[in-house]
Amino acid sequence: MTTSSLQVGAPTGLRGWLLDPAPASRRQAQLGGWYRAWLAFQRNPLAMTGLIIVVALVLVAIFAPWICDSDRVYHQVLEDRLQDMSWAHPFGTDEIGRDIYARVVYGSRITLTIIFLVSVIVVPVGLGIGLPAGYFGGWIDGVLMRITDIFLAFPRLILALAFAASLGPGIENAVIAISLTAWPPYARLARAETLTRRHAEFIEAAQLQGASSFRILVTQIVPLCMPSVIIRLTLDMAGIILTAAGLGFLGLGAQPPAAEWGAMVSTGRTVLLDQWWVATIPGAAIFIVSLGFNLLGDGLRDVADSRAG
Amino acid sequence: MSAVTTETAVEAPEGWGRRIAGPIRKAISLLSSVSLTFLGLTCVTFIIGRGINIDPVIAIVGEKASRSTYERVFKELNLDRPVWEQYLIYLNKLFHGEMGKSLMTAKPVFTDLLHVFPATLELALVALIVGVCLGIPLGVFAATNRGRWPDQIVRFGALLGYSMPVFWLGLVGLLIFYAKLGWVEGPGRIDVAFDDIVPSVTGMITIDSLLAGEYETFWNAIGHITLPASILGYYSLAYVARMTRSFMLSQLRQEYVLATLAKGLSPFRVIWVHALGNVWVQLITVIALTFGGLLEGAVLTETVFAWPGLGLYLKNSLFAADLNAVVGGTLLIGVVYIFLNMMSDVIYTLVDPRARSRK
Repeated sequence: MTTSSLQVGAPTGLRGWLLDPAPASRRQAQLGGWYRAWLAFQRNPLAMTGLIIVVALVLVAIFAPWICDSDRVYHQVLEDRLQDMSWAHPFGTDEIGRDIYARVVYGSRITLTIIFLVSVIVVPVGLGIGLPAGYFGGWIDGVLMRITDIFLAFPRLILALAFAASLGPGIENAVIAISLTAWPPYARLARAETLTRRHAEFIEAAQLQGASSFRILVTQIVPLCMPSVIIRLTLDMAGIILTAAGLGFLGLGAQPPAAEWGAMVSTGRTVLLDQWWVATIPGAAIFIVSLGFNLLGDGLRDVADSRAG
Repeated sequence: MSAVTTETAVEAPEGWGRRIAGPIRKAISLLSSVSLTFLGLTCVTFIIGRGINIDPVIAIVGEKASRSTYERVFKELNLDRPVWEQYLIYLNKLFHGEMGKSLMTAKPVFTDLLHVFPATLELALVALIVGVCLGIPLGVFAATNRGRWPDQIVRFGALLGYSMPVFWLGLVGLLIFYAKLGWVEGPGRIDVAFDDIVPSVTGMITIDSLLAGEYETFWNAIGHITLPASILGYYSLAYVARMTRSFMLSQLRQEYVLATLAKGLSPFRVIWVHALGNVWVQLITVIALTFGGLLEGAVLTETVFAWPGLGLYLKNSLFAADLNAVVGGTLLIGVVYIFLNMMSDVIYTLVDPRARSRK
């Protein structure tokens, strides 16, 4: 990455301030770093496509009531069932006459909820296990990493399936089941990041000042772990979405009549050969969203890699 | 990502090193690591088996059973004992191949699993062949054309593979290739007309029919397995191609490639023999992991294609609240996973001289 401020016609204004090679404050340096990363990121068309898809998902989920009437999600018009695509029903209707367009739009809320809840559970659990393991080493490391290895050795979907069966079907239990199987990579990541920094001078300085281990972990090491954790999380999102949709498809996720994409594909199976859109459209939504997260994650990783060297 | 990498094993103290030869020490650490993982697996399946929302007693006696019947079964299932004791009993039974009876089929779960597993194995093996035979050349092709359009296409194709819900792809595949084009046979392993023609030897119909010389059956079975195996194989293809590409890139950067080219060897030979030869060892780990992933993907694929394997068995028992069967199936897949991890470790050590000589 070349810093354009070294050129003769150095940019001025906000751009110049951000790209200043000699930042005057810590905040300016940080914001400048972010801005440079963004410049590298936006040069990658695939990554930008991913970002647009993800932003669109979030916007659709937030503004769903403005996009279409929430009544239409559950409203059954039996005489209108299995209608082909039309202006009234852009994606047609399903086997009990509900509008598929409305259900896909509102389904984004369920998907986003699952993603959000899983992230909120998985990251603290992963950090909570990985940080002490890396920081203290010794038998603590041995025990914690052995537990992590055991969970890593399991097939994810199968374990989530078994947990969901054991806990009972439902969206909360699907979230718990996915989280139980998704945390180990974060523990490994946090441990690796901690190991490389354990003997850094700023950690020793904090120790000499009398900071407790807990404080050092939370204030010094966690912020350094966050970039790689976020990238990993973005790349994992596709897997989480697919697992959630798979559970929904098998009937172990969100329960009917909830508009969950995986469950919608499942109900459309029976009429697949004659009314293809009932199963295909929600599946395409799953595909597009997980592709978006994959593209975004790949782009973020490329930026992080090029910054690292 | 392998759970039982030798690096994670605790280094034995100095005195040990002199007395016990390297390979034996390695074997011990590998075995202890594997058995620990196995114990962990049984712990998890034990907890799953104590399902929170299913009362195991009611699942057997039904809701209308009298109080005395309920209590007798409660005792028979050892539910009155402490949890750790129940776990030991469970473990003991497991070592004798006893996983309880399936409520759905009224047969021992172990027998059921032996019956359904070959179907899944067949599907996963064909998918693996598809993934490896296409994935490795595509990965090499992408690496040698780094940054140009073949590379972009392979990378994007792999990304598409990662992003597609397998059950949806299966449905779309059925819609296009079975319903519209009629290129492949529909759901199931084989047409009803061919049922029970060939004696079951390996449990895999394609192999059994060849052994019996029933070529018509063989081609019918091939017609049935092509679509699900290709769809499942696409996932391993995506992963294998991506990993091959990155392994090859790191090889092609090295100086020996330049040296062999300077000596006048053809680029073809350098790429496919010299560079790929160095990558094989790493690829074995990848392939082992892929195979585990295929077993997982099989659950969803089998549901879509009505493939009577482990996945469909698991799914059906899930809905019959048949916890014995669910736990048994989960355990089987977990054991296969652990076994694959171990094998990839062992092969790695055997094939790679550097790993062998490392202390």
